[in-house]
Amino acid sequence: MMHRELRNHIIGLLNADIRLDGRKLTEYRKPIEVEYGVVKTAEGSARVKIGETDVIVGVKLDVGEPYPDTPDEGTIIVGAELLPLSNPEFELGPPGIQAIELARVVDRGIRESKALDFKKLCITPSEKIWMVIIDICPINDAGNLFDAASLAALAALKDTKYPAFDGEKIDYKAKTDKKLGLEKMPIAVTVIKIGSKFIVDPDIEEEKAIDARLTVSSIEDGTLCAMQKGGDFPLSIEDIDKMLDIGIEKAKELRKYL
Amino acid sequence: MSKIIAKDKEIAVPGETLAKGMEVLPGIGTCRDGENIMANRLGLVMIEGRTIKLIPLSGRYIPKTGDTIICKVVDVSFNGWRLDTNSAYSAMLSMKDATSDFIARGANLTQYYDLGDYVVCKIVNVTSQKLIDVTMKGPGLRKLKGGRIIEVNPHKVPRIIGKQGSMVVMIKDATRCNIVVGQNGLIWIDGEPLNELLAIQTIRKIERESHLSGLTDKIKEFLEKNGGKLTG
Repeated sequence: MMHRELRNHIIGLLNADIRLDGRKLTEYRKPIEVEYGVVKTAEGSARVKIGETDVIVGVKLDVGEPYPDTPDEGTIIVGAELLPLSNPEFELGPPGIQAIELARVVDRGIRESKALDFKKLCITPSEKIWMVIIDICPINDAGNLFDAASLAALAALKDTKYPAFDGEKIDYKAKTDKKLGLEKMPIAVTVIKIGSKFIVDPDIEEEKAIDARLTVSSIEDGTLCAMQKGGDFPLSIEDIDKMLDIGIEKAKELRKYL
Repeated sequence: MSKIIAKDKEIAVPGETLAKGMEVLPGIGTCRDGENIMANRLGLVMIEGRTIKLIPLSGRYIPKTGDTIICKVVDVSFNGWRLDTNSAYSAMLSMKDATSDFIARGANLTQYYDLGDYVVCKIVNVTSQKLIDVTMKGPGLRKLKGGRIIEVNPHKVPRIIGKQGSMVVMIKDATRCNIVVGQNGLIWIDGEPLNELLAIQTIRKIERESHLSGLTDKIKEFLEKNGGKLTG
């Protein structure tokens, strides 16, 4: 293992209930900021900062054909591009495993929570639907892109307004007042296991030393809607129970920033 | 007739004309452009007799012979180790400079230094092509076990060390941490969790306020206020 010295050191600190930067185990970095409408050319956008981590998400709306199996439902497409400007370890080119995972975790949170009513995105069944395209752009990766990106994606969706559509062409320059409308607010919280301790909001150094991580998406009433496990080590059922409790608890805190 | 335009200890920006005429000599961080001497980078102007030099305020570390630096092992080859020096150039630690132990032919070199390990080493030579040779033979040069590494602006390192090491000794005494400061801007700290944090906060404060006068007193006050017990 490349980072065993760092990992041992972090575990030593965690046993004294303190993190590398002096935070408590389940404390987010401060400040957490959400800024709406940062991209003028997008139908909806948001910029989220958690500590030094900085993510911009833009939402575009397009009209397309529905999938044959769901003729009366619109769809969402989530893409993430990890720009080299945000972290020296990222490289240009087709999306790698990290970018794909980030996009899928954000996608799953929104899709499985039914945050968007796909039926409302239908214009003419079997013919025309709205496609919601969500693009994630990390500006600075100082750790915990998952939580920042899903918070930003949600904020951007909240900000989204339909462009003018006459049945044939979309006029992107003329925005209507009609909002996309969110039914639910799924918030993702990534809980990390290092040694026998659980932490949230890892910074870049802690991310190198993780044993396992579990991204937990939950809605307002604490209902669980999506999970994603990562890291090399296995998790026991007790571990997952504890991580879910932390994830749902912390989501309540993050939801206040929206 | 030569004329020095810039004032001593003033901030210069890249491209700024510092002096005119051939009698003035360009020092580190400056270059000659025809009759003029121009600044290469952002820094403080220092006028020493006929020479004008710039003390950089920012930028990466530039390797220099004799510097003690903290490096990370990035490659193990058949005759030594390649180290990341936190600058644009990597360093080579050859087997004969690595240890005084006998290394048998074909031995597994990772038992001495493995990938990802941090070492304190000294630069013995920097060629014009910026090939760096380092040695591990000397007082205090060793592999770093435990602790953590933080990164600071390498140009603030002299302030963090202080005159004859006064500043770093003060932090060490107050926080009871082991601290090794590398000239390349990497600092290794090992101690009790809270003391370690105090040491890092102090170093960050020095980095932020390095240009202010009376820094030593301020840092002493900061350490006393934040629970560090100064000895003596």
